[in-house]
Amino acid sequence: MRAHDNAKGGGGAPPPPAPEGYRTVLDGPEIDRALTRIAHEVLERTKGGRDVALLGIPSRGVPLARRLAERIERVEDLRVPVGSLDITMYRDDLRLAPARALGRTEIPDGGLDDHVVVLVDDVLFSGRTVRAALDALGDLGRPRAVQLAVLVDRGHRELPIRADYVGKNLPTSLREGVTVCLAENDGRDAVLLGPARDRARPGAERRPETEGAGS
Amino acid sequence: MRHLLSSGDLTRDEATLILDTAAELARVSDRSVKKLPTLRGRTVVNLFYEDSTRTRTSFELAAKRLSADVINFSAKGSSVSKGESLKDTALTLQAMGADGVVIRHSASGAPHRLSHWVDGSVLNAGDGTHEHPTQALLDAFTMRSRMGRLEGLRVAVVGDITHSRVARSNVLLLTTLGAHVTLVAPPTLLPVSVHTWPCEVSYHLDDVLPKSDVAMMLRVQNERMHESYFPSVREYSRNYGLDAERLACMPPDAVVMHPGPMVRGVEVSAEVADSPRCTVTEQVANGVSVRMAVLYLLLGGS
Repeated sequence: MRAHDNAKGGGGAPPPPAPEGYRTVLDGPEIDRALTRIAHEVLERTKGGRDVALLGIPSRGVPLARRLAERIERVEDLRVPVGSLDITMYRDDLRLAPARALGRTEIPDGGLDDHVVVLVDDVLFSGRTVRAALDALGDLGRPRAVQLAVLVDRGHRELPIRADYVGKNLPTSLREGVTVCLAENDGRDAVLLGPARDRARPGAERRPETEGAGS
Repeated sequence: MRHLLSSGDLTRDEATLILDTAAELARVSDRSVKKLPTLRGRTVVNLFYEDSTRTRTSFELAAKRLSADVINFSAKGSSVSKGESLKDTALTLQAMGADGVVIRHSASGAPHRLSHWVDGSVLNAGDGTHEHPTQALLDAFTMRSRMGRLEGLRVAVVGDITHSRVARSNVLLLTTLGAHVTLVAPPTLLPVSVHTWPCEVSYHLDDVLPKSDVAMMLRVQNERMHESYFPSVREYSRNYGLDAERLACMPPDAVVMHPGPMVRGVEVSAEVADSPRCTVTEQVANGVSVRMAVLYLLLGGS
């Protein structure tokens, strides 16, 4: 399906239609605008982005972190270190599923000590991914502060965790699932709302398109 | 994947997953906190009926880096020396709630038997002259990181093939991963069934080396030899030992591997052993990462 939808929806081109059963919540230009706003907010909150390091959570947090870094560089002419932080080994649900393949952890040169680390993920849901990321960070260094940027906050937190920067607050029902498609991973930019994957609705068929929506 | 008994049981996808996982876990060794919480609360038993330093410490370190509890059990100084059978020892471990059992045994097939008696995962750490799958995995990992690929790689395995579990495991795994293996040994040190193995066989080291990207040198296992397999150590070394002159015949980026323990002056000359093209210490370091990957994939999930 995605193979036909390579148009990025930028400029005057009409956005590609959402797949059957899904509704487009954010299209390409809207994602662009949200990221630009978050980049400005990061600069504002961190007094010009000093000592900021962006860490994307695989898989879709990583391209988002890179895009944020590009925008920060465009605005403030400042190169912020970008890396990735795989949280698989720190998950609290490892024993509920067969062993998962690992993502890449790439800590920027210069480490994380005394940096303001901004974790970047696509969807904030239960908050468990972020909890795992905080645990992983503790083994990698001692940042001065840790902040969280997400493209979509869909609610339903199971832990006392909140985001510092949110692209879009999206009130959802547990019967719904949020899918983030990014050009780097999926060939186009879109945030889609559709039926939930098996996590919220046990016994439901697993949909490959929704695997990217982090929890 | 529940047990790791033979590298022949691994599909190409499974073997690649283990190597990819190991590549990510190798980075943990570079961190200041070299520990992951993944196997917290799980128990790994190292059941060693045969002497081993490298493999046992490697498994122990791998399990500890994943926060598992490790029990080391060696045949010496345990109930085994009082006459307890493998089955009863296994049932004892079972009663203690071992999630994973790493076993080395002098009898080929012991891990396979054990896997029927315990509920946890069984990891073969070397059984007699049969298999040593984690050694093959770490060898494949080392080749992949040195040469950048495994597909089409030409590997010469040289030495005492008959008594080597490393050779069998490597032939099976490397073939699965797309490499071409040639065994090189005097006829007396090749197993009878070698024609059924998915590899080529040669008696002449000098013919094979110029066409090989990797030379894996094996130790002559005197402790398993009950008769004379070659006239003298000196003659064996002349014909099948790797010295600087022979290394010079190999392609310029070729590497020399050895599963250890290495006997300098017999299968590898001291000069070659100390050259940067010899990967022995790299193999040991990679062994920890590969065993972490195997422990994670076998014990980490549901």
